[in-house]
Amino acid sequence: MSGIREISRGSRTGVIEAAGVEPFADTLTRHGLSLVRDRVHTLQVNTGYLCNLRCRHCHLEAGPDRKEIMSRKTMEAVVALARRLPVQTIDITGGAPERVPGLSFLIEGLAPLAPRLMLRTNLSAVSGAAWESLLALCVARHVVLIASFPSTNPSQADAQRGAGATETAIAVLKKLNAAGYGVEGTGLELDLVSNPVGAFLPVSQESAERKFRSDLLRKWGIAFNHLYTFGNVPLGRFRTWLLRTGNYERYLKTLTEGFNPAAVERLMCRTLLSVSWDGFLYDCDFNLAVGRSHGDRKVHVSEVHELPPPGTPIAIGEYCYACTAGSGFT
Amino acid sequence: METYYDPADLAKFGEIGKDAPELAKKFFEYYEEVFKEGELTEREKALIALAVAHAVQCPYCIDAYTRASLEKGSNLAEMTEAVHVAAAIRGGASLVHGVQMRKIAEKLSM
Repeated sequence: MSGIREISRGSRTGVIEAAGVEPFADTLTRHGLSLVRDRVHTLQVNTGYLCNLRCRHCHLEAGPDRKEIMSRKTMEAVVALARRLPVQTIDITGGAPERVPGLSFLIEGLAPLAPRLMLRTNLSAVSGAAWESLLALCVARHVVLIASFPSTNPSQADAQRGAGATETAIAVLKKLNAAGYGVEGTGLELDLVSNPVGAFLPVSQESAERKFRSDLLRKWGIAFNHLYTFGNVPLGRFRTWLLRTGNYERYLKTLTEGFNPAAVERLMCRTLLSVSWDGFLYDCDFNLAVGRSHGDRKVHVSEVHELPPPGTPIAIGEYCYACTAGSGFT
Repeated sequence: METYYDPADLAKFGEIGKDAPELAKKFFEYYEEVFKEGELTEREKALIALAVAHAVQCPYCIDAYTRASLEKGSNLAEMTEAVHVAAAIRGGASLVHGVQMRKIAEKLSM
């Protein structure tokens, strides 16, 4: 691959720079911008990389064989952190958080500490009694469910998540609606997240939400609250796929040429602090994927007693182009 | 191997303006307006363009509108149906002229 050199970050997912791609920092400078924190209001908790799926766009390369799982001790430290910090939103993600032992302890501990508690789900991680129990807890604590749903075309969606994943997801979405999620007036919020199934940018969120709402209702009688479209970040399994299929350079070019200066101000990392499965701080899930810490050294949550103030610099890399392309990842 | 078509040429479309810049400017402004969301969504327009690209068999357009259709939220199932629409219209256009053929044949024949 001419023009590609790999920079190891000491993690499973090294960052690759392509010759001719302007460093993200230089692009910011050229536009008279810098990427620093605003007031932090969201704590994102990554419970680990264990997942029942091996989604092809996963920047963390989560899967059934991963051993990085948040321990009970770390969960206790995260709950203690949330007690100390005045956040508005807590976002539990993974991997598949539902597969992590002690998730109910984490939910029960965090729910009283922020007005909005979100749980990411791939809609297939658990089933049976475990699922019923988790659903009851989420209903009781008004947990906002954020479900991955890449496409309303099952064939296209399964290409990303694995054969049969969409059929399972549809069945679970129907059960969630039956429990009140996504239904007007219940206060139980069900949002969907769609990533493109390939090496192209996501469609505009507004038009995607209209189409998903119409398709899901017409095809399966399913309702939801909001849809968010996110671009695929060239890290992890998605990066591997891009390289293997000869899409990497063109995709990077699409991202860099699509740089939208107006998206920088609204980036999630400006208002979010990420905690890894082993309790260390990162500026976002993508910096977590490449092992690039928040600040100059690895900081454990037990050392943190206040939120980073506005103006604190944010770690950046060429993967940041994915969040600032088009309408951005905000 | 030399070929008439080089995918890299698609990115050079704008060069057509070098020797008739005013015409090119008007064309590309019109082109951009055509594909904006109106009564039809951007996705619907991309699928129409994809179908037409197959009807006129323009490899540049097929390349561009395959990508555009996906970027506007379409998928292989929709795009394949669009190609069939093009095939049905092209095939139908040939067949329907057969009515004229039959009229002439009937006039000439006993």
